[in-house]
Amino acid sequence: MSSEAMAAERPNYLNATTGLKSWLLTLDHKRIGILYLLGVSAFFVLGGIFAMLIRLELVTPAGDLVQPDAYNRLFTSHGVLMVFFFLIPAIPGVLGNFLIPIMIGTKDLAFPRLNLLSWYLFMAGGTMALGGIIAGGVDTGWTFYTPYSSTYTMTAVIPVGLGVFVNGFSGILTGLNFMVTIHRMRAPGMTWFRLPLFVWSHYATSLIQVLGTPVLAITLVLLVFERAFHIGVFDPTRGGDPVFFQHLFWFYSHPAVYIMILPSMAVISELIAAFARKRIFGYHAVAFASIGIAVLGFLVWGHHMFVSGQSVYAGTAFSLLTMLVAIPSAIKVFNWSFTLYQGSVSFQTPMLYALGFIGLFMIGGLTGVFLGTLGFDVHVHDTYFVVAHFHYVMVGGTIMGYLGGLHYWWPKITGKLYPEFWGKISALLVFVGFNLTFFPQFLLGYMGMPRRYHAYPEEWQVLNVLSSAGASILGLGFVLPVLYFAWSLKKGPLAGRNPWGARGLEWETDSPPPTLNFDEPPVMNHEVYPYADGEPGSTSGMKPASAH
Amino acid sequence: MSDIHVVPVKIYVAVFLTLMVLTAITVAVAFVDLGALNNVVMLGIAVAKATLVVLFFMHVKYGTRLVPLVAAGGFFWLLILFGFTLSDYLSRGWLGAGTPWMR
Repeated sequence: MSSEAMAAERPNYLNATTGLKSWLLTLDHKRIGILYLLGVSAFFVLGGIFAMLIRLELVTPAGDLVQPDAYNRLFTSHGVLMVFFFLIPAIPGVLGNFLIPIMIGTKDLAFPRLNLLSWYLFMAGGTMALGGIIAGGVDTGWTFYTPYSSTYTMTAVIPVGLGVFVNGFSGILTGLNFMVTIHRMRAPGMTWFRLPLFVWSHYATSLIQVLGTPVLAITLVLLVFERAFHIGVFDPTRGGDPVFFQHLFWFYSHPAVYIMILPSMAVISELIAAFARKRIFGYHAVAFASIGIAVLGFLVWGHHMFVSGQSVYAGTAFSLLTMLVAIPSAIKVFNWSFTLYQGSVSFQTPMLYALGFIGLFMIGGLTGVFLGTLGFDVHVHDTYFVVAHFHYVMVGGTIMGYLGGLHYWWPKITGKLYPEFWGKISALLVFVGFNLTFFPQFLLGYMGMPRRYHAYPEEWQVLNVLSSAGASILGLGFVLPVLYFAWSLKKGPLAGRNPWGARGLEWETDSPPPTLNFDEPPVMNHEVYPYADGEPGSTSGMKPASAH
Repeated sequence: MSDIHVVPVKIYVAVFLTLMVLTAITVAVAFVDLGALNNVVMLGIAVAKATLVVLFFMHVKYGTRLVPLVAAGGFFWLLILFGFTLSDYLSRGWLGAGTPWMR
């Protein structure tokens, strides 16, 4: 019997128990990670279909594919599904769940049952929101702004709002679980400053989830009460204020951007270290930058409200504070770049995604500084410039990190290698398709094309056609990994423990790992990222099991 | 585990009775016109009650130092929410515009 076959037959978390029930009632963080993978993928496909319909409508200046009402429902459904049910849970739910206990050298999260409950709340919330979308949809935009959402719209605000409310508790519980696990369950020798930066960044994410999400929850409850019982919190005729909704909503929803981007930064730190064969330059600074982003992210929400009627004095303060977030973000980007300097850089698929992330996040981040500037924001408010900016952060940032991480740890998760050639093609398609989709939108926005309209003047057609063409390429880039990942499950070569020759506790256990993660409880007796200077990179790509 | 603290029942009863007394005072104050002081008294009582619940019923008094730190962090974040939101409402009228909420 070959060594590969023997390795495959060792008990692991995938073959330890079988049957649907063993998955639906599992308490294993790795299996729950897989459940999240299935869940977020389903919502991503649905959100993607809505996106394609939007781009199809915008190929021609006339509103000829859907009516304005249907268009409003399309972009709202796209936003709600992508933000709340894909971007926010994707990396913590899938990769965070799978990796955090292994990276800190323990057998599971602190509260395994709570972890499973998180997934069920996520699915229940998603199902409720989807039910609302099917039963008529919502046309408020993903932001649910009052007074339209509370008083005027006849669409399904209550079920969708309640779906997002329920899903919020999933995020709170996951954040709580991660924080307790990181505090209490680290392996002997795993000090705070030996934690992989993946863990630091997830800790920062958890802080935001625990401190911010309850505010969104209560805001949505107030909205539902306002709509159902006319309690008057947001209604000026009853002493309320519609702008108050925006304060409460953005107190969570601006930090929520960092719930999306910090886990992606978590992945990027691991990828840069592994594919430059170097310890991350300025490890401590990058770790504290994560916490800095989490804290500062709570002080800037008013930059979403410059034209809402908010006091100009508050607006000025929020504008100044917004500039501060650029500092920890830049610390990360500069330190990743310095890590590459004199590293043994190899351009495998995950690294292509990581490098793509740095470029796209920089454009997204810097245009965020533009938008944080009061005068400029008034000019481009509610235009495609804003749409392009936040897609550069959310798609260029979060999805690049998510895909990079999924490729990097796929051999660990499944024990199988994917075809590297097709991986690189897909990374390239995503990068090119993404830029072609969203860069023209900066130009459209600057020229004044407003967001959320299904028709536009003819002179903007060329840029819109380019954007839609880019979306097709982007879509292809997303379909390819589905195909070759599925192929790899059946026919991919066995991965072995450490196909990338990377450092970290997750690479010291089997692929796929045993149910309790390690045969022997690990001890961390060295610094994190112990790459030797001048260590050769993995230029030949992934090494299958027989090579080790 | 060493960090589990068993609280005597009489402490729970004492806290419960205190909460009831404070509730009765809240109701009583509602019938006395103290002007603007009514709100101050009621909010003061509410804060005192919440503190009792957090310290005794939620065991924050008996946890490690990290537990009160986390609880205080939560309240600090609430202050951020209130503080920055009020920075809008309190300064909206400075340019003479005012809002329905302020009027």
